[in-house]
Amino acid sequence: MTDAAIGEMRGGGMLRRAAKGRTLPVLAVLLAIVAIWYAGAVGLNAQWVRDQAARSETVLSTGEFVVRTLSLDRPVLPAPHQVAAGLWDGIAGQKITSKRSLVWHGWVTLSATLAGFAIGTAAGILLAVGIVHNRAMDQSVMPWAVASQTVPILAIAPMVIVVLASAGITGLLPKAVIAAWLSFFPVLVGMVKGLRTPDAMQLDLMKSWSASPSQIFWRLRLPSSMPYLFASLKVGVAAALVGTIVGELPAGASSGLGARLLSGSYYGQTVQIWSALFAAAALAAGLVIAIGAVEKIALRRMGLAR
Amino acid sequence: MNEVIRAQEIGLTFQTADGPVHALKDVDLTIGQGDFVSFIGPSGCGKTTLLRAIAALETPTEGRLSVNGMEPDAARKARAYGYVFQAPGLYPWRTISGNISLPLEIMGFPRADRRQRTARVLELVDLAGFGAKYPWQLSGGMQQRASIARALAFDADILLMDEPFGALDEIVRDRLNEALLDLWAKTGKTIAFVTHSIPEAVYLSTRIVVMSPRPGRITRIIDSSLPRDRPLDIRDTPDFIALAHEVREALRDGHGDD
Repeated sequence: MTDAAIGEMRGGGMLRRAAKGRTLPVLAVLLAIVAIWYAGAVGLNAQWVRDQAARSETVLSTGEFVVRTLSLDRPVLPAPHQVAAGLWDGIAGQKITSKRSLVWHGWVTLSATLAGFAIGTAAGILLAVGIVHNRAMDQSVMPWAVASQTVPILAIAPMVIVVLASAGITGLLPKAVIAAWLSFFPVLVGMVKGLRTPDAMQLDLMKSWSASPSQIFWRLRLPSSMPYLFASLKVGVAAALVGTIVGELPAGASSGLGARLLSGSYYGQTVQIWSALFAAAALAAGLVIAIGAVEKIALRRMGLAR
Repeated sequence: MNEVIRAQEIGLTFQTADGPVHALKDVDLTIGQGDFVSFIGPSGCGKTTLLRAIAALETPTEGRLSVNGMEPDAARKARAYGYVFQAPGLYPWRTISGNISLPLEIMGFPRADRRQRTARVLELVDLAGFGAKYPWQLSGGMQQRASIARALAFDADILLMDEPFGALDEIVRDRLNEALLDLWAKTGKTIAFVTHSIPEAVYLSTRIVVMSPRPGRITRIIDSSLPRDRPLDIRDTPDFIALAHEVREALRDGHGDD
């Protein structure tokens, strides 16, 4: 058997493995998206290229036309390779301390997100504990919590920034407050449900041992609520990131992925906008994956993993 | 014989949206120390409610109920009883030992004492060597034995059992019945046992309390003529069969109006 034949067999094996797993479907979808994106870029940027050609009275072949639509400086829709280049330049092409570095902007956003997520998670858990243990809170807190989420965050964010700035608080904290505003809610809802999962029999058992409410909480309610906590943390951390970015939009913030989005739109730097968008998406995915990993370890150790 | 549980004319009425439900009415009963008393009857006859009233998980609306000479609530705080439910209710995040020492932690036993007690009751229910396992690693019958061990760990004199073997298959149930009698002989506990199985009631009990529904009440109390030492094949003896027949008749009498 020749080396080529063996190579072919190996390749075939890999293909088969890919087809069996999730790799192939994921790749197929990805390719389709990229193809649609390229087609969209050509279509949306066509008018500009056509106008320019008419102005300079040049006649473009189809090939030249397509190449030009995909290599504009300020395209309506940048092509995937332009965004990829923008991302690469933002991440690896700049010093990390540079104002043009996506790593630096990402870190500014990430730190505010994590701070806001921590505040929101703590608030959500504390409110849930109150709701489960106190009848007055059970009746009164939830409507307000729901109401807080129905107010458009875009309307609230500038007010929070302005009010806190007038009190001398700027920088990370105002953004963290907005992130917390969005992330406490899923944690609250999940934890109320989670702390109430122990059934009547479990609670009767505790009662038969004359357990105190705090013993019931630490030994039964809190451990039982863990699967719900992790599910809502994943929603909460993504919401916190959205909140932070929204908090970076108003009032001339100069750092963070939100500021990057905004300055990109001021100057028509669509590649910059899209690069910042993808950086934000990657950040969100990373955060959710990190929580998922902690969840897996924690629930397996607690014997709660499915 | 010492009276451990004494119910005088107790009644218990639940207020529901459809009007009052008489779960218990005019229940008179005394249970002596070391008795094994079974409560049997169709669903809705109040047998579980009675057990829960003894455990102070429900409060009778009429009559007097005392446990170890105290109000049920005080008796519970004095750790008078261990309660075993139909489901084991073990925490999946704790080992078997961890589950058994849970009530001991809540009651504030010191660590060394907890370890010693846990080891002792594990031995008692024949689960020695399984302490470090997690509940999901054990069969349903073993899990229920662990939950019995948990109820025994803090040395209550009374064991209240609410259909503890109801969810298990008959083969496992037979074995656990035998083991329960063995445990009862070794520890001398007073056991109140709710069941809807006639053979189980007859096999285990020194007294069988037959109840009927609407309102929940005691229709007959049958004293067992069987010896305390009971191998499984006692169930084929004429005495056993006669007793089972008597219980069945009593159940049928209670049902006369249906």
